[in-house]
Amino acid sequence: MDGDLSLQDKKDLDKFIKFFALKTVQVIVQARLGEKIFTRSSSSPTGSDWFNLAIKDIPEVTHEAKKALAGQLPGIGRSMCVEISLKTSEGDSMELETWCLEMNEKCDKDIKVSYTVYNRLSVLLKSLLAITRVTPAYKLSRKQGHDYVILYRIYFGEVQLTGLGEGFQSVRVGVVGTPVGTVTLSCAYRTNLAFMSSRQFQRSAPITGIIVDHFVDPPFNSQRPPTMGHPCNYRAPDDEEGGPFPGVQDSQEVCTTSFSTSPPSQLYASRFSQQQQPAAPVSPVAPGTAELCHPAANANQMLYPVKEGGVASSPAPPAPGADAHLADPAPNTPCSSGDDDGLSQSGERHRDERRRSLTPADPLEFLNTFTRKVGAFVNKPNAQMTTGCLDVPFSALIPRVLESDDVDPLVHPPDSPPCPSPLQASLHSESSEGSGQQEDFVMVDFRPAFSKDDLLPMDLGTFYREFQNPPQLASLSLNISSQSMAEDLDSLPEKLRIYEKNIDEFDAFVDMLQ
Amino acid sequence: MNCRSEVLEVTVEARQVEEAMLALLHTVLLHRSTGKFHYKKEGTYSIGTVGTLDIDCDFIDFTFVRVSSEELDRMIRKAVNEFKDALSNSGSDGMGQISLEFYQKKKSRWPFSDECIPWEVWSIKVNVVNLANEQERQICLEKVGEKLGEKVINVVEVINRHEYLPKMPTQSEVDNVFDTSLKDVQPYLYKISYQITDTLGTSVSTTMRRLIKDTLAL
Repeated sequence: MDGDLSLQDKKDLDKFIKFFALKTVQVIVQARLGEKIFTRSSSSPTGSDWFNLAIKDIPEVTHEAKKALAGQLPGIGRSMCVEISLKTSEGDSMELETWCLEMNEKCDKDIKVSYTVYNRLSVLLKSLLAITRVTPAYKLSRKQGHDYVILYRIYFGEVQLTGLGEGFQSVRVGVVGTPVGTVTLSCAYRTNLAFMSSRQFQRSAPITGIIVDHFVDPPFNSQRPPTMGHPCNYRAPDDEEGGPFPGVQDSQEVCTTSFSTSPPSQLYASRFSQQQQPAAPVSPVAPGTAELCHPAANANQMLYPVKEGGVASSPAPPAPGADAHLADPAPNTPCSSGDDDGLSQSGERHRDERRRSLTPADPLEFLNTFTRKVGAFVNKPNAQMTTGCLDVPFSALIPRVLESDDVDPLVHPPDSPPCPSPLQASLHSESSEGSGQQEDFVMVDFRPAFSKDDLLPMDLGTFYREFQNPPQLASLSLNISSQSMAEDLDSLPEKLRIYEKNIDEFDAFVDMLQ
Repeated sequence: MNCRSEVLEVTVEARQVEEAMLALLHTVLLHRSTGKFHYKKEGTYSIGTVGTLDIDCDFIDFTFVRVSSEELDRMIRKAVNEFKDALSNSGSDGMGQISLEFYQKKKSRWPFSDECIPWEVWSIKVNVVNLANEQERQICLEKVGEKLGEKVINVVEVINRHEYLPKMPTQSEVDNVFDTSLKDVQPYLYKISYQITDTLGTSVSTTMRRLIKDTLAL
């Protein structure tokens, strides 16, 4: 009870706890600055070194801590917490750890405040110094710089650990009993550092590789003093002119801005990327509609030549060769309508139709059951479309298929050029009645997987086409592999002679490496 | 009085022995050192300030904190180097143990010499392994760093139990409790000793070697 504690002791204890809290915050924040800390020992006591430890006071940090405490002290039910989080240059952030200074009811009445409690608090601070270098966030903070910064936030009240993800670990730094309660210092730290795990407003670097320049708007300036690897909540005491950034004085402000959402286009892409279809049968899906379209449904649609943009229908049984998931064909409509968003005729082949369409087993049957339907993903009817050829839709496709190199590498890894894909070959053989009516084939955008349609939409498609059938490696071609061992051996002396002639170059190279 | 005894075990490569020992010994000494005492009249004293310093290890993925005292660091390094040399001279798969003992001196009457009564002993058992290739070494670098982190947490846990500590001495007694020879800090009286255990039979050491290699291979 407070009555047992002398007034002086009570005052001292309050002061100790207050300064302990402030020093705790300093130790934690300084340990996350990203560089090694050094303070000198001094045999002559200075009045300002609380707990006989040389811990510098960064003014902003003290200011933040005092603001959070708002004149109160950590008490029972009122914990002081320092939350350390990481913020990337793209605006994503993630909580890494939360340090909690708590007080519980367990009192140690007999302990001497000005002596034992003080010394034990000093030991606890030393333990904090040691433990702050051991948690995973320390290594991250030492590497902060270009890609991310470490931020801190101080709050007072209830401990919040939900942002640490699943499976977070706890380490107890230590406890000190006092006559009014037991001071406990602990740290809860995230173990799951997978960035994209559960954030709702994640960044989504476009997977195509069309990347927004990460360094256009760096989170910190290169002029920044190297001691300060992160936004200017805290700077070295001698850095009076301030950082190059407009000062964000309130650390909480920084933290809230660190949760900014990605721009809307990226949100769509993010949804898309979260809806990853299996690579092979991925249909060219409009962003934002990914969740509505299933490959199988697309397979149905793919088979139909386009009459006009809009609704595809016919829940004809999907070909067995198509995607294994039999999806509700109803999504036709949303898929198609989704295509109305800025799809443009590209002159690309509707590769996916062909690709996804059939196994060699079925084409004839399927062709026979074909009825005229509207295809998916087409909003502008192809001028080349006629009505006449529709009984055999693949007749239109097949000649073109055989002529060009367009085999989707995801589904049919390119064989050597003389050998067309099995599907092509089978289609050709099966659809012998195909009349080569090229003008009837469907011109639909080839929308390769993972591409965003609002940024250079055809880069990836162009890339696919260009590199689908690379030439055979010379070393793999038959004539070379048939060289005999004897020939190899014969060429060795010549090679050795050349190497010996160039021996000086090799030596110089090796020296350079050392 | 009972002497508190704590044992820590680490498995390291030969080149990591020095830094691992320094890391653990300095962590203990950080907690067992105070500022210099300045006794005033009326039996009161003031305490100097202890500074700290981060040390990055070169062969281990680890950073530890030590007291800012070059004198203390020199003394610890000297002891660790002796231990390291003894380990390497003993054979390639040496095992050894280095002990940091805190003691109090108890003055005895003549003709008996002063007693040294330990009140806390930290023993660090070291298994030295030889790794075959660079990949294993890289794994070892990180694993040993993690292990050292766990050991630091263990040390902190023990120390924060706040069990027996010698009473703060009067001016006349201070040399019985603290090492006052350093000019900037004042650790409790300590001594460092080591022993090399190379007495394992071949079969046991082979098994241990295999176990360790298997663990690292995971």
